[in-house]
Amino acid sequence: MAQRKKNSVSRRHVLQGAAAAAGALPLIHVPGAFAAEESIGNWPEGAKGPSIFVGVTVPLTGAYSADGHDLQKGYELVFEHLNQGTGLVPHVPSLKGKKGVLGKKIEYKVADTQTQPNPSVQAQTTFITQNKAIMITGCLASNTAIALEKLAQRYRVLNMVGCSGANETTGVDCQKYAFRSQPSAYMAAKALVPALAKAIGRDKKAVYLVPDYAYGHSVEHSTGEFTEKELGWKSLGSQVCPVGTTDYSSYLLNIANSGADVFVNVAFGNDAVASCKQAKQFGILDKMKMIVPNISAFQGQELGPEIMAGVYGTLDFWWTLAETNAMAKIFVDTFYAKYKYRPSWPAHIAYTQMMVWADAVTRAKTFDPRKVIAELEAGHKLQMPLGEIWYRKEDHQEVRAVPVVVGKTKAQMRNDEDLFQIVNLTPGPEVMPPDFLGCKMPTSA
Amino acid sequence: MISWPLFFSQVFNGLTLGALLVLVAMGLTIIFGALGVVNFAHGALYGLGAYAGYVTYLYTESFVAAMAAGAAFLLVVGIVIERGLIRLYYQRPAEDQILVTFGVAIILVEAIRAAFGGLARNIPAPSWAAGIVNLHVTLYPTYRIDVLAIVAASLVLLYFVLYRTRLGLIVRAGIEDQLMVNILGINVTRTFLTVFGLGAMAAGFAGVINAPIVTVTPDMGADILVQSFVVVVIGGVGSFWGAVAGGLIAGEILALTAMIQPAYSQVMLFAAMALVLILRPQGLFGVEGRQ
Repeated sequence: MAQRKKNSVSRRHVLQGAAAAAGALPLIHVPGAFAAEESIGNWPEGAKGPSIFVGVTVPLTGAYSADGHDLQKGYELVFEHLNQGTGLVPHVPSLKGKKGVLGKKIEYKVADTQTQPNPSVQAQTTFITQNKAIMITGCLASNTAIALEKLAQRYRVLNMVGCSGANETTGVDCQKYAFRSQPSAYMAAKALVPALAKAIGRDKKAVYLVPDYAYGHSVEHSTGEFTEKELGWKSLGSQVCPVGTTDYSSYLLNIANSGADVFVNVAFGNDAVASCKQAKQFGILDKMKMIVPNISAFQGQELGPEIMAGVYGTLDFWWTLAETNAMAKIFVDTFYAKYKYRPSWPAHIAYTQMMVWADAVTRAKTFDPRKVIAELEAGHKLQMPLGEIWYRKEDHQEVRAVPVVVGKTKAQMRNDEDLFQIVNLTPGPEVMPPDFLGCKMPTSA
Repeated sequence: MISWPLFFSQVFNGLTLGALLVLVAMGLTIIFGALGVVNFAHGALYGLGAYAGYVTYLYTESFVAAMAAGAAFLLVVGIVIERGLIRLYYQRPAEDQILVTFGVAIILVEAIRAAFGGLARNIPAPSWAAGIVNLHVTLYPTYRIDVLAIVAASLVLLYFVLYRTRLGLIVRAGIEDQLMVNILGINVTRTFLTVFGLGAMAAGFAGVINAPIVTVTPDMGADILVQSFVVVVIGGVGSFWGAVAGGLIAGEILALTAMIQPAYSQVMLFAAMALVLILRPQGLFGVEGRQ
């Protein structure tokens, strides 16, 4: 009896112990070997062959198409350089002397987003599910950027965000799998304020023209916040308009009658060109000072110095940096040799984002997105056309210099593309939002 | 804060906005009314006209020459498209017509993009219409005021063609009862060709007229096509006065809503269209039962 009881208790204890052990297994975190070997997203399947695939979406039609074509050229150039080991590749220590990424050729396809989020999401879904994209990239509007960030997060595929200026991209909508290089609206506004203090002064009244989506509202909010707090400006309200508007007369009449001293034009792409041109026609630019917090890729070229001279704003990159930065010179010269014009900032975003990604993958020695994310989060500093750049772990925002520019007059221009003068190259750490703009980054991928 | 000067400025602006919409919608409504074809290529034809004007302006630096070239080139393009494609679709279902005109629009827009790139082009306002006029309630671009006169003159000309010529009589008869026109032995084929050509010409002309105001880009017709359809629906299909009234109403809705709540101006335009569709489905000047 006693024997049976002893055996019975023992068996129950064994079973209980086994069950407890089985239940506890998933809770035990085994760094490295165990967890990293588990497949995730398109890894390792997408990295098994001699090449890897990158899904690229850019607006080739619609209001942001001019910027989109420049972005596309940036991707074409950087993939060519990475595959051939040319351009900036020999100047990045981890990539020096190498062709491809981890010896694999980069293949890619470009899809047109039509300046809309839905076609972007559809195209990238196809790239992820059918082409087994190991990384996705490209966009030119923050609503698209945020939609693609969520898509990449859902599929556990790395997303090197293209052009996006809204705070939300690395703020409240930040994602573990997404990294953004363009300055946020917060960074641009903070960088712009010292130049505005000198050029326009304190205690002014400002009125805004705002495209009705995340980017527009974000730029209005941040520019308003900094100019009000640091310059004592007062906002007289905003004219909110849809993206793709062609005639701004109704909004501009409200602006003309607002009594403001400063016209803050947040419209972007073709919309920026049309609204600036019409603002000139309505006499607004003769009685108000216009500022453009984020200047579109070809806004200077399309409007000319007649409208853009004296206009302050920020750019992600401007080609005259090539005169002071050796990396920028290589980028600008190789781009010019291939496309016969000097690159604008969307091409710069495409180019440097891909270089940074290739560097992170090479240092991680794997395409496993968890390890690549860890490398990007490690804050490794890299010399690029803007100087030293790196990513913040807390919100995946690139820490990078912000060029503050002013439009040149016709007499100041040395050639047709010499449209802006860099008045300040604000160091990245000075303009980073300390509170991460509401980003709550998960600790693990 | 809404003030009387702002109110009067916006009422006036609604008029000029509306005038441009009338010009674009007129071609659309004539083609729709006479041929029964929902021409989704109308926006692309409008853009093509602007580019034809742009090229002419580059070589001649004459805005008048640009206007003439935009209109003439699109008359030819309209004739080619009608003979080469559209005539094959008159007897086919409406959805086929929509698809084919939509396809033509895509081809035209992408052809423009291939030839000129995506950067915005500019036709400056002519020297006789440059500058700003002080209307006392507001400053207003001279060119936009001149556009009112240009549109009015064009409409008078079109009215004359439609209501005082034999061609106009046939077109209007075709809008009312196509079968009867056929039975009476009138060469409807030639009339259809003329109508489509005239419609395309109106679109091209509107493209050049609008170019100094907006920017010339390959996609420039997309936005105005949608607004023109709204104008046609509000005014009534195939109605000359419907297009005029619809355009002016649409212009005022856009301007006055923008004055009160800018974000809702486009929404209100569609709300007005929905209201017309509920209360008077044939449009303000449309005839009930017209196909």
